[in-house]
Amino acid sequence: MKEIKVLGTGCSNCKATVRLIEEVARGKGVEIALEKVEDIREIMTYNVMATPGVVIDGQVVHSGGVPTRQKVEGWFPATASA
Amino acid sequence: MNVTAKTFSWPETHPKVFLLIAALAWVALYRTLAPASEALVAALPVDRASHLGSALQFFFYDTPKVLLLLTGVVFVMGMVNSYFTPERTRALLAGRTEGVANAMAAGLGIVTPFCSCSAVPLFIGFVQAGVPLGVTFSFLISAPMVNEVALVLLFGMFGWKIASLYLGLGLFVAIVAGWVIGRLKMEAYLEDWVRNMPHVQASAGLSALTLSERIEAGFASVREIVGKVWPYILAGIAIGAAIHGWVPENFMASFMGKAAWWSVPLAVLIGVPMYSNAAGVIPIVQALLAKGAALGTVLAFMMSVIALSLPELVILRKVLKWRLIATFVAVVAIGILIVGYLFNAVL
Repeated sequence: MKEIKVLGTGCSNCKATVRLIEEVARGKGVEIALEKVEDIREIMTYNVMATPGVVIDGQVVHSGGVPTRQKVEGWFPATASA
Repeated sequence: MNVTAKTFSWPETHPKVFLLIAALAWVALYRTLAPASEALVAALPVDRASHLGSALQFFFYDTPKVLLLLTGVVFVMGMVNSYFTPERTRALLAGRTEGVANAMAAGLGIVTPFCSCSAVPLFIGFVQAGVPLGVTFSFLISAPMVNEVALVLLFGMFGWKIASLYLGLGLFVAIVAGWVIGRLKMEAYLEDWVRNMPHVQASAGLSALTLSERIEAGFASVREIVGKVWPYILAGIAIGAAIHGWVPENFMASFMGKAAWWSVPLAVLIGVPMYSNAAGVIPIVQALLAKGAALGTVLAFMMSVIALSLPELVILRKVLKWRLIATFVAVVAIGILIVGYLFNAVL
C-alpha cells in the first residue's frame, strides 16, 4: 500500500491536493495511506521550499501549487499492485 | 497511453502558433470594448447621460477590460514563473553581498511564484542555503506586494502611471526595508530550531520544461488566480461604477486629502491589521481615489494592507521570535509611510 504524505500548513491549495489525490486513487482502485503533515519542522525534513508538497513512500514527488490531475494519475500506474 | 483525445490539445502541439493567435485575438477583443459597452448601454432603456447610464457604461466597459487584462498578464506571468522556481531563486541569491542581493531578491520576488503558506518553507530554505537574512526579507516583502494581479488591476483601472509608481515604490520599500533589517544583524532572533537546521548546498536544477508545458503552466495560473479573484474585481468595479455615477467630487478629500498630515500614518496604521490579496483591496482603493483622496495616502494604504498580512505573520511566528517580527513590521510600515509622504509632497 502506498504511503502518501501531503505537506502543508493548511491553506486551500493543500486541502485541494489532498482531495485530488484521494479522488484519483479511488478512481483507480488503489489503496493508499494518506497523511496530512502540518507541523512545519516535519515538513522541513523533506527539504521542500514550497507547499503543498507530496511525498510518496518517502520520496518527494511534487512541491509548490496543486499538482495537475495528469501528474497525480502518473503516480498510480494502472498496473501497480498494492 | 492516454487514448481519450483532449478536445483542446492543439496549443500543445503547436505552441508558437497558439501564442501568436492568442495575442492577436486578445488585442482584437480589447479594441472592441469601448464601442461595445456604449452599444450595450444604448440598447437598454436608460438615459446615457443619467447617473445610472454613466455608472452602467463604466461597469460594462471596465469589467471585461480588467478581466481581459488580468487573464493576459496572469497567463504571461504563469509562463514566466515556470522559469523561476524557489530553488533557482535561492541559488541565485545564496552568499551574495547585500545591497545588490537585496535588489535582486526584490526583483525575483515579482517573478517567483509565491503563496503565503509557502512563506515559511521558503524562508527556512533560504536561510539553510546561506541567503543573508535581510535579502530573504527583501524577497518576502516584494513577493506578495509587487504581484502581477495588483499591477494589472492598478493599470486597468487607474492607468499606467499609477501602476508603475506602485511597482517602483514597492520594489523600493522591499529593497530598503530588507537592507535595513540586514544591517540590524538580527540573526539571533530566528527561532533556535531554524538556526540549527543543516546547511544546504543551493543548486539550481535545470528546469527542462518545453514551451507547451510552459503554456500549460500559464493556463493553470489563469484558472487558479482569475478563478479565485474575479468576484473581488466585479465588486471593485461595481463600487467604482457607483461612485463614478453618483458620489459628488471631493467627498473623500476632506479626510484623506493632502492637507491632513495625519492621513498617511492613519492609512498605514489602518492597513496593518487588515489583510487582503491584491484584488480585494482594489474596491477600497477605487472608492478612495476616484473622489479626491491623495494618491500617496491611498498607495500607502494599499501597500500596508497587502505587505503586512496578519495570517502570514502568524505563520512566520513559527520561525521568527517576536522581536524580529516586530522589527519587520515596523521597518516596512516606516518605509511605506515615507513613500506615502514623498508621494503626496511631490505630486
